[in-house]
Amino acid sequence: MKTETVQAGALPASHTGKLRRIARRMHKERYIYLLLLPGLLYFIVYRYLPMFGIVIAFKDYSPFLGFADSPWVGLANFARIFESPEVVQVMINTLVISFLQIVFAFPAPILLALMLNEVRRQSLKRVIQSIVYLPHFLSWVVVVGIVSIFFRNEGLVNDFLVYRMGFEQPIPFLTNPDFFRPMIVLEVIWKEVGWGTIIFLAAMAGVNPNLYEAAVMDGASRFRQIWHVTLPAIRSTIVVLLIIRLGDVLEVGFEQIFLQLNAFNLDIGNTLDTYVYYKGIQQSDYSFSTAVGVFKGLVGLVLVMTANWLAKRYGEEGVY
Amino acid sequence: MKRSTWADRLFDGVNITLLLIISLAMIFPFLYLFSVSFSSYEDFLSSDLLLWPSNWTTDAYEFIWKSWAFRNSLMITVMVTVVGTAVNLFFTATMAYALSRRILGRRVLMFMVVFTMLFYAGMIPTYLMVKATGLLDSMWALILPAAIAPFNLIVMRSFFQSIPEELNEAALIDGANDLQIFGKIILPLSKPSLAAFSLFYAVSHWNNYFAPILYLNSPEKWTIQVILRQIVIVGEATATLSGDNTFVDNPPPPETIQMAAILLATLPILVVYPFLQKHFAKGVMLGAVKG
Repeated sequence: MKTETVQAGALPASHTGKLRRIARRMHKERYIYLLLLPGLLYFIVYRYLPMFGIVIAFKDYSPFLGFADSPWVGLANFARIFESPEVVQVMINTLVISFLQIVFAFPAPILLALMLNEVRRQSLKRVIQSIVYLPHFLSWVVVVGIVSIFFRNEGLVNDFLVYRMGFEQPIPFLTNPDFFRPMIVLEVIWKEVGWGTIIFLAAMAGVNPNLYEAAVMDGASRFRQIWHVTLPAIRSTIVVLLIIRLGDVLEVGFEQIFLQLNAFNLDIGNTLDTYVYYKGIQQSDYSFSTAVGVFKGLVGLVLVMTANWLAKRYGEEGVY
Repeated sequence: MKRSTWADRLFDGVNITLLLIISLAMIFPFLYLFSVSFSSYEDFLSSDLLLWPSNWTTDAYEFIWKSWAFRNSLMITVMVTVVGTAVNLFFTATMAYALSRRILGRRVLMFMVVFTMLFYAGMIPTYLMVKATGLLDSMWALILPAAIAPFNLIVMRSFFQSIPEELNEAALIDGANDLQIFGKIILPLSKPSLAAFSLFYAVSHWNNYFAPILYLNSPEKWTIQVILRQIVIVGEATATLSGDNTFVDNPPPPETIQMAAILLATLPILVVYPFLQKHFAKGVMLGAVKG
């Protein structure tokens, strides 16, 4: 019935054949548009309308005045970002954690995939794979919970260090800010290393076995086979994923960081997302935190699009 | 390749040993939590590495189970997971199917979807939208704003595209309309794929911590992850779970409660994991190729 009104509305206007054709086609496809409707509504309401909400970054938004009546302040909220030493620190924290992840957590799955690829017994390989994929499906609350149980002063790790290794006192893994970044990176590795191997293993599966036979004939050791056959085969995958990862340099994961922030590590642990949460949701400083969010989003958009473009370019070259 | 040399065997030995150590690092925490949560407190205190309970007790589990706060959060989480996953499947499958057909405006719509993967309005504008649609402090705030994961939508669309066009044509000739084709031909054919996506969506609802703390204010609406954080990370095990708990005079030690709570909150994941496993590698690869 909805499509009838579309057609009736379209017909009088369609003096040209083109409009008529469009109307006829839309009528023919009316049920498909009906199927499209819920998803389209979702994207409009929860993905695109909030983008208009970004205007409050240019206003001094007050919930009492509303979107329309809150006064415009131009770029004042954005100026505050660069004037505030707090935001600069938060920016630095985000970048440092992200780069540590790229340096340590990015190569980890590649190494693990190389090791798994060398396991000849398929049954054993599958068992190990099932085990290392598992942590990916745990929630961050569970992962951080396990870490806090194991690494607190009375936890198993400190018991081991004190009673077995002769340490004089427990190491304050959770409260000393020096441990914050290493712990964050180790958790990411523990949770995601196995999952990350999937794509590399798939790339390795495509290697022609003749290449290995030829390498063996030439007297290559297992390390040399990895170096000269396996690694070149996954090189373009590595580069493309690395480029895409670099595009996400401002993403460090809200839940993981938020769950571990405390009074001891807030100075070095507060990142863009957690900052926006504290400022916006807890202190109701909507306009400023939206400005910080928009800033993050725009930088991210530019980086991701650049990365995408680079990845495509590289991907094309990698094929030849 | 068949003949193994001494160096080969050494390489394999070291490699497999390292892999076993890595695997152990992934499951050891669960073995430890399991045995402590079922052990008496005396056993836990007297042994620094408890790997199997000698005096079994289920006190910690009983204490958690008798807590209204825990059972309530469990009920809410189960509800959000079931209803949320159904909403996810409905929204994702219908739109993915529509976009898999050569309809007018498909390219624009696809761009609309992909763009949201690159640019997100941000936490505050999204929060204000959830507030404006009246969902704040309701279960629907955990469901509707997350109705479609664009990545899943794109993967599902490529799946629908891989179904031969001839099926459509044959059904059209038999007089079926597109709704009937979708409901009676496409969906039944896609059952395994839909099962895989529902597991992925279900896991993400179960594990969600961000949306509940962002959108829910009332403690009686807390989900399992929020309660779990309170018990384990904040360290208020007894306080969170007491209330009308009959154990209240003599609660089990917080350590064993914490470990039991982690295992209880992880149990559903461990149960569905074997089913997930069959499907995920395929899904990830398809996404990697098409996305």
